[in-house]
Amino acid sequence: MIDEKFIPEGVERCSFPKFMAWMFFLLLILLIGIIAAIKILWKGLGVTGLNNYFGFGLWITFDLSVIALGAGAFFSGFLRYILRIDELKHILNLAVIIGFLCYSGAMMVLALDIGQPLRCWFGYWHPNVHSMLTEVTFCITCYLMVLTIEYLPIILENRQIIKNPFCHHLAHNFHVFMPLFAAVGTFLSFFHQGSLGGMYGVLFGRPFAFREGFFIWPWTFFLFILSAIASGPLFTVLICSLIEKITRKKLVSYSVKELMGKISGILLCIYVFFKIIDTYAWATGVLPKMGFTFDQMFNNVYGKWLLWTEIGICGIIPAIMLIIPKLRRIPALLYIAGILTCSGIIINRFVFTVQTLAIPVLPFDKWYVYIPNWTEWATSVMVITYAAIIISLSYRYLPVFPQEKYLNSK
Amino acid sequence: MSELMQIHEHFKVRWGMVIDIDKCTGCGACVMACNTENNIAPSTDRFNRLRTVHWLIIYKLTNGKTGKEYDEAYLPRPCMQCENPLCASVCPVVATTKDEEGGIVSQIYPRCIGCRYCMAACPYHARVFNWYDPVWPKDMEKIITPFTSVRPRGVVEKCNFCHHRFQKAKEEARAKGQNPLELEEDAYQPACAEACPTGAITFGNLNNPKHKVYKLSRSKYAFRLLEKLGTNPQVYYISKREWIKKVADNYLEHQNQKG
Repeated sequence: MIDEKFIPEGVERCSFPKFMAWMFFLLLILLIGIIAAIKILWKGLGVTGLNNYFGFGLWITFDLSVIALGAGAFFSGFLRYILRIDELKHILNLAVIIGFLCYSGAMMVLALDIGQPLRCWFGYWHPNVHSMLTEVTFCITCYLMVLTIEYLPIILENRQIIKNPFCHHLAHNFHVFMPLFAAVGTFLSFFHQGSLGGMYGVLFGRPFAFREGFFIWPWTFFLFILSAIASGPLFTVLICSLIEKITRKKLVSYSVKELMGKISGILLCIYVFFKIIDTYAWATGVLPKMGFTFDQMFNNVYGKWLLWTEIGICGIIPAIMLIIPKLRRIPALLYIAGILTCSGIIINRFVFTVQTLAIPVLPFDKWYVYIPNWTEWATSVMVITYAAIIISLSYRYLPVFPQEKYLNSK
Repeated sequence: MSELMQIHEHFKVRWGMVIDIDKCTGCGACVMACNTENNIAPSTDRFNRLRTVHWLIIYKLTNGKTGKEYDEAYLPRPCMQCENPLCASVCPVVATTKDEEGGIVSQIYPRCIGCRYCMAACPYHARVFNWYDPVWPKDMEKIITPFTSVRPRGVVEKCNFCHHRFQKAKEEARAKGQNPLELEEDAYQPACAEACPTGAITFGNLNNPKHKVYKLSRSKYAFRLLEKLGTNPQVYYISKREWIKKVADNYLEHQNQKG
């Protein structure tokens, strides 16, 4: 193979032409997204499906979802380096890469989403300390830097790069300080995951989103943290299994995945418990105070089925599946639970973004429906494709999975 | 309402509006005056109500009955200039504030990054986004006034009670050696109030007993939109028709409406 000397020692990879064909396919999809992005930047947000009622739409849903699902990086790091759960080192590299891709992808989408991309630095220069979005802006930027620092040693460990003494020492030193970065990442992530929830919880003009809370933090602040740390590790497991399926190799031992599932299961139980209490308190306390009934929060498009699916099918059921050892030991059930959990989190982020805005608050107003158009879809798919490209390159050229050699030699 | 989001600032002067719905015919003169005064470009998606860049819109209200019992009304809706403006507290870049004597919620266009969080926060839909570059048809650009800046694509804008007129009135008061905080009622009037042919819009300082709005806003027929939310708008409405007051806020069956 033409690129053999760059491929980690002792592992097998597909032929170079096959890899190139895969990359070409991904680049083609990426190109469609780039065309859409150029159109948006050139013509303005008028070419999207957004409007004055739905200022937030698919992109914000996408951002919030990937940031929640990317929480596997900080939380696995926290468990590995702070709580010293050593087994997680086998999947930590992948968690870091996924986290990096989720956050950098979210940044790309945000750059398109704001009406004045050239003013994106205003958030740092003229921050409003009362805005949850300011906190999100700062923490996400800082955390992306931490993720870059965490990703860098994995890149430096490439077979050829590591031969360079400077790179070798740099990678080593990064590893030495990794617990510090993990701690910083944990601190930053807890706050911005929470602030993303807080962003909605503070909206006292929006009955669907508004929540009371503790001190300055609405309850959504804590629920968003919990849901992110419950779904993040499962998302990492799902991506790992998807890579295994595509490459037809064992990359991480099932016991590690099961452990991730167990941790997620416990957190999901806690999350679902509080989510049910929160929903009850919202329906019986917050809404009547604002003059609304629970039924008024739903219509035939944004129906109660979304809520039941989120809490029941994608909350309670996977929580049970993950908490019972017998069930999570069956790979198919673990993966199904993972898919359900991640879907539930996406539904949660969707309803908080879109349903919040669809509900008529003025009594003489009416429901509106938001339909994203092709430019929003294409740019979102572009970010997923970007992630697929980086994961493909990382898998091929970097020692991402420490167990790969051992698991495939049997 | 979240206490965190309350802006505990009290102004000596609170510019406000009282709109008599019983006098409004829905003619749209206020909208046209607003658009012209504030250099609002003709909307590209002018037939898409959710994309138009109007600071002031008129809602048609009906009592939901038919035949002889049918009744309708028109409700002009400018920015409510809330005393607790959620838009100001959520803006990440301080592009919208309520910090000037007069209590008008500002919108600083060169500062706005166009994130639209303020639009998501405002329950009155008073904020609009510039989805396209502002384009005036040929020769129509001659009507652009020098008093209001033209906004670029990608920023949020909203009614500011014709703030430039407020500035002018204050300057004139200073030139005459008067106190700019004690403006006469006629010294400062927004374009919509000036243009209304039926006199449905009354404008003035809500704290000044000499101004008509002082008394009108305290009338038993006065009410505000969505009072339960705690935004405390500086825009009041007046109507003697009970059903109109009822559609101004959300009530559960057992809850009594105000008024």
